[in-house]
Amino acid sequence: MIAAAPKSAFRNPQSAIVRGLIHVALYGLALLTLFPFLWMLSTSLKPEGEVFTWPPRMLPWPPVWSNYAEAWHIAPFGRYFLNTAIVAVSVTGVSLFLNSLAAYAFARLRFRGRDLLFMCLLGTMMIPAQVTMIPTFLLLKQLGWLDSYLGLTVPGFAGAFGIFMLRQFMLTIPEDLLDAARLDGCTEFRTYRQIVLPLCKPALATLAVFTFMGAWNDFILPLIVVKSGEMRTLTLAVAALSSGLYVMSFPLMMAAATFVILPVLVAFLFAQRFFTRSIVLGGLK
Amino acid sequence: MPVDAVPMPAPDAAVRVLPDGSSTSHTSHTPHTSHTSPRRRRSPAADFVAAALFLIFLFQVVPCLGGIALSFFRYDGINPAQWVGADNYRRMAADPTVGASLSATLKYAVTAVPLSLVAGLLIALVLDEKWFRGKTLARTIFFMPNVISLVAVAFVWEWLLNPKFGIINTLLKGVGVQGPAWLSDPHTALLCIVLVQVWHGLGFSVIVYLAGLQGIPEVYYEAARIDGASRWQQVKAVTLPLLMPTIMFLSIMGFIGAFQVFQTVFMMTGGGPADSTRLIVFYLWQVAFDRVELGYASAIAVLIFAAVMALTLIQWRFFRDRVEALT
Repeated sequence: MIAAAPKSAFRNPQSAIVRGLIHVALYGLALLTLFPFLWMLSTSLKPEGEVFTWPPRMLPWPPVWSNYAEAWHIAPFGRYFLNTAIVAVSVTGVSLFLNSLAAYAFARLRFRGRDLLFMCLLGTMMIPAQVTMIPTFLLLKQLGWLDSYLGLTVPGFAGAFGIFMLRQFMLTIPEDLLDAARLDGCTEFRTYRQIVLPLCKPALATLAVFTFMGAWNDFILPLIVVKSGEMRTLTLAVAALSSGLYVMSFPLMMAAATFVILPVLVAFLFAQRFFTRSIVLGGLK
Repeated sequence: MPVDAVPMPAPDAAVRVLPDGSSTSHTSHTPHTSHTSPRRRRSPAADFVAAALFLIFLFQVVPCLGGIALSFFRYDGINPAQWVGADNYRRMAADPTVGASLSATLKYAVTAVPLSLVAGLLIALVLDEKWFRGKTLARTIFFMPNVISLVAVAFVWEWLLNPKFGIINTLLKGVGVQGPAWLSDPHTALLCIVLVQVWHGLGFSVIVYLAGLQGIPEVYYEAARIDGASRWQQVKAVTLPLLMPTIMFLSIMGFIGAFQVFQTVFMMTGGGPADSTRLIVFYLWQVAFDRVELGYASAIAVLIFAAVMALTLIQWRFFRDRVEALT
């Protein structure tokens, strides 16, 4: 079969041409998809005046690397990166822990009202964020958590989707394995920590990527919570830059956009399989 | 749950108390016997679920109910909330901006959803072909925009779409065409929002389609080939029908997504020009946080919720009939 495929292509020149054209069309579309990123990079390395010249140049030469150093000082980006990292890391860490604990109970423990409770939990996944946006704001205000890491993180510390996904995964662990641990005198918590969690690593990794990206890219919650400049996350910083887009220099703006976007793209290229898997899993939602 | 708080008689406890001469159902209330289950001691489940369920209750259930309740009040965040009954809903029915935002949202949805459904399907079909070279690379490229926050995406696109110096109009000028003002032209602004959102979300559709395509057993294609079906006939007779659940999923998600579009509007147009891009969630935002009419905004939020539910149900029915017709 494998050998036959190229042969038949040769035998049928028309289909070889069609296939060639389809390749060209698809990679053309892929290049178009990449273009905004490429143009961002290109602009970020141009001297101020060159963005207005005709014809537009794709490869700026010599590249003006100092744009990056200058852009870094437009705003306290170090602080924004730190804020975003603190939020994303703590939301990911805590929610993985709390969700997996709850998932273990729903998957592996018997208790009264379990299934009813689980159905209610699934129901909360259908609550849209817009409906909860205003009351969440009022609640965080009441708690005195506006403009603080608490307000930016605690609402994300547990979620029905994470519990649901981990529960489905834990259901596939053979009951015998857990019974063996219990017979050896393990408490439920030790069974969870030493038997179940290690077996759930693939699911945990996928959920971690999913949660981390969600927290890193979140805009609505920071927009509601943050008041002061130093509590800004990166998305808020970009929004603030954007309002100055027409007064400030385009190369500097694109340099700033590049160092906001590039780390995420690089992380994506390295951990791609987790990203794609998290999408397929997100499809369950 | 008061009913659950009453301990249920454990089967062995009921048997044990009988010889004492007392009636079974009443004595089984004794805490010592009722908690002894035949298999295990008292379940520690409460410790496992408590923290997560408390947080979900506090940040999902309470705000959801609170939002519905708030829609019957007038509240500016400072003065005490004032009960106004269904006034907010009456006002909403008479508010022309609500109607305009809903129609802009629908306009967005009927452009963006089919565009992304069709383009995603075509790309996925090509990537799924055995003769296609560089499947992983192409898939990676199409998915790349999806990992970037929409805020950053909108920021970069603002530069591309800049009417004077943006690359799009620069290239158009190069071929002698005066490009439109894009984001500040009421005829093109919504289209720009659609294109940026589709660019951002296309990779998602492609990945979901590819997963759906992988679920179609090879034997169906073999059978079709034996019957002499061309590749295109195979797509029509085998792939599309069996992909219906995937298409349904993407379509429903697309419409839900249309009722969530916010960042791109917030960044790129601010709802203008001439209200052409004031999608409903952006209007909700303006009422809640610019005008600080929290009660009225909550009523709009409830309307969005109801609209999403209705659209989901309609699509569910539509696709269910399509899927049933095939089987």
